[in-house]
Amino acid sequence: MSLWGLIFTNLRRHRVRTAIGAAGIALGVATMLSVVGLLGGAVKMFERILRSDAEMVVFEKNVSDLFFSNVPAALVDDLESQPFVKEAQPVLFAIVTAPDRPVVTCFGIRATDGRLAKAEWLSGSIAGFLDDGDDVVLGERAADFLGAAAGDEVELGQGKHRVAGVVRMENGFENGGVFMPLAACQRTFHKEGFSSVITVALADGHDPVEVKRWIERAHPRMTALENEEFSRSYSQFKILKTTAWVVGGCAFLLGGLSVTNTMILSVFSRIKEIAIARVCGFSRGQVAGMIFGESLAVCAFGILGGWLLSLAGLRLLQAIPQLQGYIEPNIGWQEIAGAAVLALGTALAGALYPAWYAARLNPAQALRFE
Amino acid sequence: MVEIQDVWKSFDRGRIEVLKGVDLKVAAGETVALCGTSGCGKSTLLNVIAGLEDPDKGSVRTAGRIIGGERERVDLLRHKVGFIFQLHHLMPDLTLEENCLVPVIAAGGKRADAMARLEELAAATGIAPRLKQRVRELSGGERQRGALVRSLMNEPDLLLGDEPTGALDEANRERVFALLLDLVRAKGRTLVMATHDPELARRCDRVVRMRDGRIQDDAA
Repeated sequence: MSLWGLIFTNLRRHRVRTAIGAAGIALGVATMLSVVGLLGGAVKMFERILRSDAEMVVFEKNVSDLFFSNVPAALVDDLESQPFVKEAQPVLFAIVTAPDRPVVTCFGIRATDGRLAKAEWLSGSIAGFLDDGDDVVLGERAADFLGAAAGDEVELGQGKHRVAGVVRMENGFENGGVFMPLAACQRTFHKEGFSSVITVALADGHDPVEVKRWIERAHPRMTALENEEFSRSYSQFKILKTTAWVVGGCAFLLGGLSVTNTMILSVFSRIKEIAIARVCGFSRGQVAGMIFGESLAVCAFGILGGWLLSLAGLRLLQAIPQLQGYIEPNIGWQEIAGAAVLALGTALAGALYPAWYAARLNPAQALRFE
Repeated sequence: MVEIQDVWKSFDRGRIEVLKGVDLKVAAGETVALCGTSGCGKSTLLNVIAGLEDPDKGSVRTAGRIIGGERERVDLLRHKVGFIFQLHHLMPDLTLEENCLVPVIAAGGKRADAMARLEELAAATGIAPRLKQRVRELSGGERQRGALVRSLMNEPDLLLGDEPTGALDEANRERVFALLLDLVRAKGRTLVMATHDPELARRCDRVVRMRDGRIQDDAA
């Protein structure tokens, strides 16, 4: 038997204590992975709204939120006249109210925008969605909660709009949103002549740098970013991601307390055993190593348990019909590694005091301990 | 094997003086019984010899070494000194075999060598059939014989016993003590053992009587 053998024997013979410690870590890991996964998925979905068929997005420089961005519509024609641009599509984001629904996301787009053409049409057709018309297309979920079908009239904000069709979109945000012709959207939200962003598809063989340079020179109040750059730099995404890690970190603090509690219990209930180990020749380092080893092993079980728990929890959420399309968990190896590192750090920190206490025990006095 | 000169030891910030200028020499291969009433300082003297307690004053040389710090103390307990207590102090959650291997883990010994030694000692003490049992499934005599095997696993030159048969019934006391003496004498080891039992003490080479923290009488 080795020191690790002794560690695992101790854990195996105190299953309940081990399980409680591992559960603390598992909950921390599960919370972190779930929150990070859900927000990561949400960010990815939002990125896809912007992307459509484009590689780049143009928006107003230094805005904190794309809803506040105002890009002149004339820039679309300017961009499309450049040789390095294959297609430019304006998108106006807005929030509109509907009866019993205080928040409905509205996408002001042109009829030529690829997303409607690619969507699965449940009723109506794209022919009814006209750039100079007022008719809207509803995502499937939006049609459901607005109780409307193709041909009906829906109340959105101050106006009424006929429903040209209902589409099923993969993206939850789009599936729960309303697509409005850009011009109608601009009128409704008093943003005539503006969009929130312009998505840009590059002409074959051209480089994104060309777009960036041109925008910088011709429209210095605007900025052009590649999709990946946008994801990294957009402050709302940063806030979401930071929030996810902070919430997860707090969960780990609680998990850490659980590990500390477990290890303190483990040490206090084995004071004589530790003293005997010292009499048998265990060094202070070996005693501390045994406590740290137990904590790390508990943590390893916790990481595995937490990972499985988060997978099961997210699957369960995905299966809820009302949430379908909104939840697209995105747990990569990076997230798992991050949670594991945090969990291991928590376990080591949690074992610090118990290990120190155990290592400095005076064996002669501890053997007299009752 | 053991050289103690003018050793003093007190507890509770000097309020309780336990050893008051103890001098003791034990030669290699000798078996010594420490006798005296409870609280006279026998256990503390054994702890000081093993390096488990530091003396307030005086010098202690065990197995040719002066214990200066943690490293010497650990080295002494791993390779030179075995300790057996009145209560077996086996780890209740481990099997007897696992308990016996604890000193080997501490010393980083080889498993194959350790298993061969365990087999030999277990056969000699009659606990071989019980090695896979957990401690709580063993009788008092078996536990104490297990503790004896554990104390000898790293083949120490010096065996310290703190009333090793004190918690056993008469039959087991005789059996465990006979084994203890046999195993010590067979390999020329040194034994220093605290006991209240004059009969067991007489079977040692030397009887040292303690009283109120001092050596009162030292007779071969």
